[in-house]
Amino acid sequence: MKRLLTALLLAPTIALASGAALHLDKAPDLQGDQAALQSGAKTFVNYCLNCHGASFARYNRLTDLGLSEQQVRDNLMFTADKIGEPMRVAARPDEQKLWFGAAPPDLTLVARARASADGSGADWLYTYLRSFYADPKRPTGWNNLIFENVGMPHVLWQLQGTQVMNKDHKLELAVPGSQSPAEFDRTVAELVGFLVWLAEPHAGFRKQLGVWVLAYLVVLFGFAYALKKAYWKDVK
Amino acid sequence: MASNTNFEKYKSDGSLQGNLLEWFDARFPATSLWRGHLSEYYAPKNFNFWYFFGSLAMLVLVIQIVTGIFLVMHYKPDASLNANGIPVAFASVEYIMRDVPWGWLIRYMHSTGASAFFIVVYLHMFRGLLYGSYRQPRELIWIFGTLLFLCLMAEAFMGYLLPWGQMSFWGAQVIVNLFSAIPLIGEPLSVWIRGDFVVGDATLNRFFSFHVIAVPLVLLGLIAAHILALHEVGSNNPDGVEIKKKKDVHGNPLDGIPFHPYYSVKDIVGVVVFLMVFSIVVFFAPEGGGYFLEYNNFLPADPLKTPPHIAPVWYFTPYYSLLRAMVWPLFGIDAKFWGVVLMGGGVVILAFLPWLDRSPVKSIRYRGPIFKTLLTLFVIAFVLLGFLGTQPPSYAFFGVIPGAPVAQLLTLYYFLFFLTMPWWSKIDKYKPEPDRVTM
Repeated sequence: MKRLLTALLLAPTIALASGAALHLDKAPDLQGDQAALQSGAKTFVNYCLNCHGASFARYNRLTDLGLSEQQVRDNLMFTADKIGEPMRVAARPDEQKLWFGAAPPDLTLVARARASADGSGADWLYTYLRSFYADPKRPTGWNNLIFENVGMPHVLWQLQGTQVMNKDHKLELAVPGSQSPAEFDRTVAELVGFLVWLAEPHAGFRKQLGVWVLAYLVVLFGFAYALKKAYWKDVK
Repeated sequence: MASNTNFEKYKSDGSLQGNLLEWFDARFPATSLWRGHLSEYYAPKNFNFWYFFGSLAMLVLVIQIVTGIFLVMHYKPDASLNANGIPVAFASVEYIMRDVPWGWLIRYMHSTGASAFFIVVYLHMFRGLLYGSYRQPRELIWIFGTLLFLCLMAEAFMGYLLPWGQMSFWGAQVIVNLFSAIPLIGEPLSVWIRGDFVVGDATLNRFFSFHVIAVPLVLLGLIAAHILALHEVGSNNPDGVEIKKKKDVHGNPLDGIPFHPYYSVKDIVGVVVFLMVFSIVVFFAPEGGGYFLEYNNFLPADPLKTPPHIAPVWYFTPYYSLLRAMVWPLFGIDAKFWGVVLMGGGVVILAFLPWLDRSPVKSIRYRGPIFKTLLTLFVIAFVLLGFLGTQPPSYAFFGVIPGAPVAQLLTLYYFLFFLTMPWWSKIDKYKPEPDRVTM
């Protein structure tokens, strides 16, 4: 019996210890940092929301980040009239398809969809957004190290500057942008933090609630076990 | 035990409550159901850890039905695109996750419940293997169980299409396409199942109908049959000896205890422990590491974009591996068809277990080294087949041992385990069974 269980437990570990991996940088976890998420929301609205929608999220959901509805209206709401409307783009998906060849994907869930065995969705986004380099062979003039021949140009190039690929297939900053590399990493980290929040706005509450649920179950276990013991004391 | 005992009807003590109960019991078998199935259903007193999973399967069923009812209130089985270019079905799931109060909890309970159902049922079936619970006189319970397993697979498969994500769509596309491998009728059959030439709105709507109405009805009926048959012959136990052979003066088994209150209070402990594990997943890891909710399913279904690697959800992957193991055409029929035969055969062969096993004892406690070794290997094979099913066929262990031939060898073992059982179960050594159960 014991041998059987050991074998059961070991089998998957043997199996999992293999496979080629994509190297991803670890994205900093900013979920508890409201200021960072607000800053990420600003970057998202200014740089991403022009082409990519976040159509499952409503503007008034942004109040969960510690903003008032008036602040959202004044600073973040460019594509809608009412605070309860979803964060969509002005262009219709069929028009976008005509212009770009493919409609840019909705980004509400991108932080969950991009997770893989190589890393979390946040890690992928954090690496991806910092891995653009100039490539004259591409129609947009940009390529990406971890998403080859990507359709999207480097939207944040004014902040990061221009990276080029050197002989060793490593990226180098050829023309500096308006932010230092450390500042740019922070900007991207905040944007990714916002996208992680956006993919599941209830995640923080979910974990808090989970602690209470488990605490309740521990207490309930005490009673259930005592009840079982009391009934079973004569069973021999 | 239940049906061949005549319980006396309830007699009122003259109180209003008593009179009502007497009136009711005279018109409905309330007392006999209660006593026959609970308070005087005698179960062996030596149930161990493995005996929690039957009642836990019932619990998960209730979770799935209740959460399912609330999901249906907001879910829309509609493949057409909304104004934002997103399929309505996919968007309605996100609506539940974001805008419906507590919708996220209900949805995570349902999605985690699907995986929990299979974990619990696989352990429940394994218990049957350990203690020979399928042996005479419990063959019919086992057959109902196999049918339940098939039904559960259908239920899960059709439910998985409903969120209308990439894996939902392409998983369904791959599985329904399998039917087209059947000679002559295959092509029209797969069109008939889909209601279209590709998986589309018609498919989504009929799968929804099957998932919420047809299959659950069959499941409930089979569960009733499974339990009625169990209560007719009585439960097996970890020693595999029949408690009905030794009875007291009242005709009750000496080693039996009434299910209620003994096992009801014991199962409550199991329920609480299960709910702890369940809650840890629901509240802290609802994606289950990409196994319970696949990452690709956070992308809406796109019929024009085939994902590079399509894998079914983890609970189907052992059988998916059996399917992929067959790569040789036979008798002029496509290999895919034989793959389907292997996959179906892998489930159906379980039903024959009561007649394949020729061992004189039921429980692993008194069986010999051959059974113990082969069963251990079977569990390892099943887990490895499951793992390989989640990987592309090009997968290699440690980058060197190719996965595909390993899966083929394991498939061969899977079937040989059952097909050669009549022979090895007879020649295996065994220890004498005790007269009474041991605690």
